[in-house]
Amino acid sequence: MREVQVDAIRDAVEKLFIEANYELPEDVIGRFKDALGEEESPVGREVIEELLLNARIARDERIPICQDTGLAILFMEIGQDVHITGGDLEEAATEGVRRAYKKGYLRKSACDPFTRTNTGDNTPPILHVRIAPGERIRLIAMPKGGGSENYSEVRMLTPSEGAEGVKRFVLEMVQKAGPNPCPPITVGIGIGGNFETSALLSKEALMLPFGKRNNDPLLRDLELSILGDVNKLGIGPEGYGGSVTALDLHIKARPCHIASLPVAVNIQCHAHRIKEATI
Amino acid sequence: MEMKRITTPLSDGVIEELKAGDKVLLSGTIYTARDAAHKRFIDTLRAGGSLPFEIEGQVVYYCGPSPVLPGRAIGAAGPTTSGRMDVYTPTLLSLGLKGMIGKGKRSQAVKDAIVKHKAIYFGATGGAGALLSKAVVSYEVVAYGELGPEAVARLVVKDLPLFVINDTAGDDLYEMGMSGYRR
Repeated sequence: MREVQVDAIRDAVEKLFIEANYELPEDVIGRFKDALGEEESPVGREVIEELLLNARIARDERIPICQDTGLAILFMEIGQDVHITGGDLEEAATEGVRRAYKKGYLRKSACDPFTRTNTGDNTPPILHVRIAPGERIRLIAMPKGGGSENYSEVRMLTPSEGAEGVKRFVLEMVQKAGPNPCPPITVGIGIGGNFETSALLSKEALMLPFGKRNNDPLLRDLELSILGDVNKLGIGPEGYGGSVTALDLHIKARPCHIASLPVAVNIQCHAHRIKEATI
Repeated sequence: MEMKRITTPLSDGVIEELKAGDKVLLSGTIYTARDAAHKRFIDTLRAGGSLPFEIEGQVVYYCGPSPVLPGRAIGAAGPTTSGRMDVYTPTLLSLGLKGMIGKGKRSQAVKDAIVKHKAIYFGATGGAGALLSKAVVSYEVVAYGELGPEAVARLVVKDLPLFVINDTAGDDLYEMGMSGYRR
């Protein structure tokens, strides 16, 4: 049994959300550079060059990558041999987010659904907690903007619609979103489970590294097939037209009810901000 | 790519020369307003009140910047999705609003109002908030300060890089661009 103070978790959460908003991950920058070679449209390439420049300015001059510094999504994988002491875990994580958004000059984007009154400190965060083997705590911070999240949806397909139905749904969503979610996008697809697990799977699919394909050959082929078709839509970087509409597309799947085929599509903007730490 | 340099306020003559797909560097005074501010504008007008700034001839930027950084004019300052403002936009265009800066598609009603009132819709690169912030010379909240990032602010910008999306001829860069690369 290993003891971990909640203060250590709070401080790590604070650091992660600040870093995530100022430093675009190296693999995203690498993917932009590859996309420069893939993009057929001169305007599209110009946009990708701007995104590379933006990432450099953000990191070197300490300006957030995007003004929408997101709702704070935090995944916590807690080792079952860890004993958390010194306070309430959820409060500590929330305080970490509060401090990050204040100290990091990050925008507070959380508000009441109807009065639209801003909560003032970007809390509450979206917390996902899972128990894992071992005695470590893994924290993954993913600040996510509203513009891309708005083009996400869960749909309960009928089993007869199958893989073709999933493909139709994804293409419909990407087409409908067009330039709005700041392409080139990354698409996360969650298939199976039930209503809420499909949504969570689609978010987890976004967290997979670029180029990582599903181990199941059928799902791997489906990923490549949908990605190919998404990039034939012509939307392109910022929607100005082009051949790189999506940087990647991942599927996560699990068994579902014999009556159901739940599918969730979660769209991520090009500013794919994610940072993790292990305590 | 050739760039047109334009300065606010925008005259009908300047607007009519702008075509969908043009790259523009915009300088001068503009105002930020997004979801909550637009709702207040329309509620205020319905109640017989007046807007917190003279809208005739102005350009509105759909932007809720991140907090002002030490030693800088503003925080990150990119555009938000314009479509959410579509329900309010034709009214503002009928009152003389001349330009809008944002990202993403507009409704047919907005595109029609752009043609009718000789206005223009520009796209700024979404998600390039750090880069775009460098074109902001000054930032001053002028109304609805209690809305925080959604307050109305007066910005002075220098060479803000934009694309013309919807022009007075009814053309749309998104439709033009997409059709060229659809397979």
